[in-house]
Amino acid sequence: MARDPGLYDYIPYYRRPNIVWPNGAKIAVWIAPNIEFYEFQPPPNPMRTPWGRPLPDVLAYSHRDYGNRSGWWRMMEAMDEAGFRGSVSLNVALCEHHPEIIEACAKRGWEFFSHGIYNTRYTYGMSREEEAAIIEDSVATIRKWTGQKLSGWLAPALSNNTWTMDLLAEHGVEYTCDLFHDDQPMPVNVKSGRLISMPYSLEMNDVIVYNSNLYSARHYGEIIKRQFDQLRAEGERSGTVMCIPLHPYLVGQPHRIEPFAEALRYIASHDDAWLATGREIAAYFNERYYDAMAQAIAAAQA
Amino acid sequence: MALGEDYLNYPWRRHGMDHDRYPWSNLFERKPVTWPNGARVALWITPAVQWFPLDMTSKPFAMPGGLTMPFPDLRHYTNRDYGNRVGIYRILDVLAERKLPASVAVNGAIAERYPSLVRDIVAAGHEIVAHGLDMGHAHHSGLAPDAENEIVARTLRLLREASGQEVTGWLSPGRAQSHATPDLLAENGVAYCCDWANDDMPFEMSTRGGPLLAMPLAYETDDRVVMLDFHHTEDSWAEQVKDRFDVLYREAESHGGRIVSIPLHAWVTGVPYRIGKLREVLDHILAHEDVWPATGRDIVAAFRSQA
Repeated sequence: MARDPGLYDYIPYYRRPNIVWPNGAKIAVWIAPNIEFYEFQPPPNPMRTPWGRPLPDVLAYSHRDYGNRSGWWRMMEAMDEAGFRGSVSLNVALCEHHPEIIEACAKRGWEFFSHGIYNTRYTYGMSREEEAAIIEDSVATIRKWTGQKLSGWLAPALSNNTWTMDLLAEHGVEYTCDLFHDDQPMPVNVKSGRLISMPYSLEMNDVIVYNSNLYSARHYGEIIKRQFDQLRAEGERSGTVMCIPLHPYLVGQPHRIEPFAEALRYIASHDDAWLATGREIAAYFNERYYDAMAQAIAAAQA
Repeated sequence: MALGEDYLNYPWRRHGMDHDRYPWSNLFERKPVTWPNGARVALWITPAVQWFPLDMTSKPFAMPGGLTMPFPDLRHYTNRDYGNRVGIYRILDVLAERKLPASVAVNGAIAERYPSLVRDIVAAGHEIVAHGLDMGHAHHSGLAPDAENEIVARTLRLLREASGQEVTGWLSPGRAQSHATPDLLAENGVAYCCDWANDDMPFEMSTRGGPLLAMPLAYETDDRVVMLDFHHTEDSWAEQVKDRFDVLYREAESHGGRIVSIPLHAWVTGVPYRIGKLREVLDHILAHEDVWPATGRDIVAAFRSQA
């Protein structure tokens, strides 16, 4: 096993090209709702058992299902109200299960990228060919149901293999959300084609905030604002990216929605914040800054 | 172990759910529900009264609140039993002061062990909801159907006899079910079940025994989940329940009647330093117009009459 993932090279925060986002914005803010489908009776995987209790784990299953019956609508309204579009991290089978949700998001001009087929199907134990098959399934499913090109990838339940990034680039995926090493987009070392890492953030992810860090709903609202303030100030030197990854079954709970909505209103009240989608950030970065960043990285290795 | 050959096959990849218990629907596009007297919110208070047997195991899964120390785990056994002796009476006092009805989820074993407690709950005008036999009897698919049916039937028999009530509500220990649980509940005369956590309003499940109403018991503002799993203070718990109420109350204006459930555990909220926060939460809610304090049974009747 390698001791370094070999996916990116070191470049200190002070030695970056000066990124300026559209209209002079200092920070690009994107929201990535994970709209997920967890299976009632998923097949076993050698590396991870999907549910903590024996099947059927009705409490855990129904808790996730809350997102698709109740929570997504509240989350979407909060985003609408503040003027945010989403970049949906989508378990693509949701297109078949709940096309009503896909339609509502598509109508709002949201982006769809892939978060695997189901959140209960991991890539652990897959061959390269099997993993290629789920990428191809994602490309085809998203195109069929939304007409969109698949631009981004977040591995299902963050399950990765050593070849995953190469496969993504081979299939024309432009950005990965699985690398957490930076607050700016970065080139990823792939064997062919081009792939960048898009800042996604575990720290802002509602699952981590509520379930791992055990913060309250109101505190989540506070840390979103603090994260934004800091990254916006730093964007003066070189534009930063802030992501708010969400799960409608969590943030869409009645006791959680209001502090979140308030934090979005706060961000939207700043005219030097670019409210973007993942694909828009990737395209803008690739066109204007990829080469300069690659050169700066090469210089940093010298 | 390698992946099974069918790991990339998706037999349930179709419109709607990946099982046949209920169809999908969007909470915000359903026909609005009207509560009695035009109330905006039904207030459904659901304290649980639980007995954790000293010999319980953590198989096939660790029961929330279950015993964890080497036998005899007197520490957790007695801390939980505190709720049955002291904690529940504090909660009953708070309810009586405000003349509020509740649906008290009671393990069947309580009826055998502490019949006077069941009588006190009934005398105070509350509904008894069946809460399984005891916290050592989880429902799971490793149980033979006959064995599970016997647990359901015995639980209901004990509670029906001790309370004189029909007992039509059910909450499984740990909200855990087998594949057969909804069928067995309906076949044993249960009208509504509180285990599933996927909605803010009731919805019908289909079972072998006819329809079973899934009632929305708020999992994530449950006192045990918030204070013992998330380690939030009782102040934060109260704030979260009030925030939850405020949003549902606001939604009721545009989307029809909503339900605010207050799941409690006698051994959690019934502790002296926490009980005042229950008063605070209830007083916040009762300061609003158009709140309907109701039992699960009342809510089911009102809901089904407009279905």
